[in-house]
Amino acid sequence: MATVLVVTSGKGGVGKTTSTAALGAALAQNGQTVVVVDFDVGLRNLDLVMGAERRVVFDLINVVQGDAKLAQALIRDKRIETLSLLPASQTRDKDALTEEGVTRVIAELREKFDWVICDSPAGIERGATLAMRHADAAVVVTNPEVSSVRDSDRIIGMLDSKTLKAEKGERIDKHLLLTRYDAGRASRGEMLKTEDVLEILSIPLLGIIPESEEVLRSSNLGSPVTISNPNSVPAKAYFEAARRLRGETVVVTVPAERRGFMGRLFGRRAVA
Amino acid sequence: MALVLAPEPPVPEWLDALDAQVERSPSFFDGRPVVLDLAALPREQPDVAGLLRRLHAKGIRIIGTEGAHPSWQGLEAWAPLHANSTRPARPIDVPDERPAMQEAQQATQSDNTSLVLDQPVRSGQSVVFEKGDVTIIGSVASGAEVIAGGSVHIYGALRGRAIAGLTGNSRSRIFCRKLEAELLAIDGVYQTADDMNATLRGRPVQAWLDGEVMQLATLD
Repeated sequence: MATVLVVTSGKGGVGKTTSTAALGAALAQNGQTVVVVDFDVGLRNLDLVMGAERRVVFDLINVVQGDAKLAQALIRDKRIETLSLLPASQTRDKDALTEEGVTRVIAELREKFDWVICDSPAGIERGATLAMRHADAAVVVTNPEVSSVRDSDRIIGMLDSKTLKAEKGERIDKHLLLTRYDAGRASRGEMLKTEDVLEILSIPLLGIIPESEEVLRSSNLGSPVTISNPNSVPAKAYFEAARRLRGETVVVTVPAERRGFMGRLFGRRAVA
Repeated sequence: MALVLAPEPPVPEWLDALDAQVERSPSFFDGRPVVLDLAALPREQPDVAGLLRRLHAKGIRIIGTEGAHPSWQGLEAWAPLHANSTRPARPIDVPDERPAMQEAQQATQSDNTSLVLDQPVRSGQSVVFEKGDVTIIGSVASGAEVIAGGSVHIYGALRGRAIAGLTGNSRSRIFCRKLEAELLAIDGVYQTADDMNATLRGRPVQAWLDGEVMQLATLD
């Protein structure tokens, strides 16, 4: 039985696309069949992060409008056999997505894959609502900042009212993925604490991904961090999050700041 | 809105029947305040303290008792409610769990004069109920609003806006467990977060109107 998962946040730039790629790859690396679907029509990014931008021929809009078959648009990952990408169109906009077309594509994907992971565009308009429409579960990507938390809260409200599951009176599983977590800033009180974010949003925690050079480098190389550097701290956090998505119980570790010897000597500035 | 439980003699059988109902809908009593109506018990010294302990062990949250005879012992901790403080007993059917879940989904139970929501109010959502009081079991997020013709009760943090007395009821009040509000208004008189006394932030607070002036005070 396939699970349709939407990765959403309301706010832009919090790490939806990066997390879609990393979680999708992590699930596929553990033997699940996964497709990541880019719903950000007009501003497609997922193909770049997945390193498939030179292989895009047909896209989601072509399939939605019946101009191409699903099998023609799906791009199989070269590194992991069970991972596929359904790219967005860069030349169209969100109005090209039709409700019936999306329904048909998602139903077809459900038959082929264990996981259908929809990368939602930012915002709360058509693209975002269609991305969440068929979801069984949601990953709400949030940075420990007040603006991100409030936008996530808004999105959680929409997940509880605008999805098909919610309209049928069922409950959609919602998971909080805290990204760009900076242990140093957290310890200095410059960011919202994890407990505060959890208290405000009151949904279960899927994982904490530390702010990391490694994630940025991977994105620019066109490789999810779980593939390019599986032993790095953020990759391990994504692997753990993927296990929790599959229902395993894994204790959440709060990333600690790791300083070198000199950092420990000179890490703190004296207050004059 | 409190539920009223009225034990009937013989008490052990009544407790068994209650167990059967709780089994059918395990979450029915979750977080709901319950008033115990003891009027039906026999006059001669029933084991009221034992009964309270057993109900407590079932996770039923008793907030008060009524109809107890003054000679009974074991009720010292439970202030009797004022006679007739609860409405005449109106039997409520204990729903099976499935309907109870759906009810939680819709999150609304309303009669004519009150609205009870047992889910948090998320940012961007607006709850409007002109006919009377609104009770929220959960928090009201920043960027959310609750608007009531009567009073607003929030058993959680109030981070958004609460507007009471919409229909010109200047005796309406706003109650919350944790004040982080962006705006409070009663019958058109309002205060923004900047106007509020900083020492009240994060505390349980009530707000009411004293003439044309809004007053705020802690509840603890």
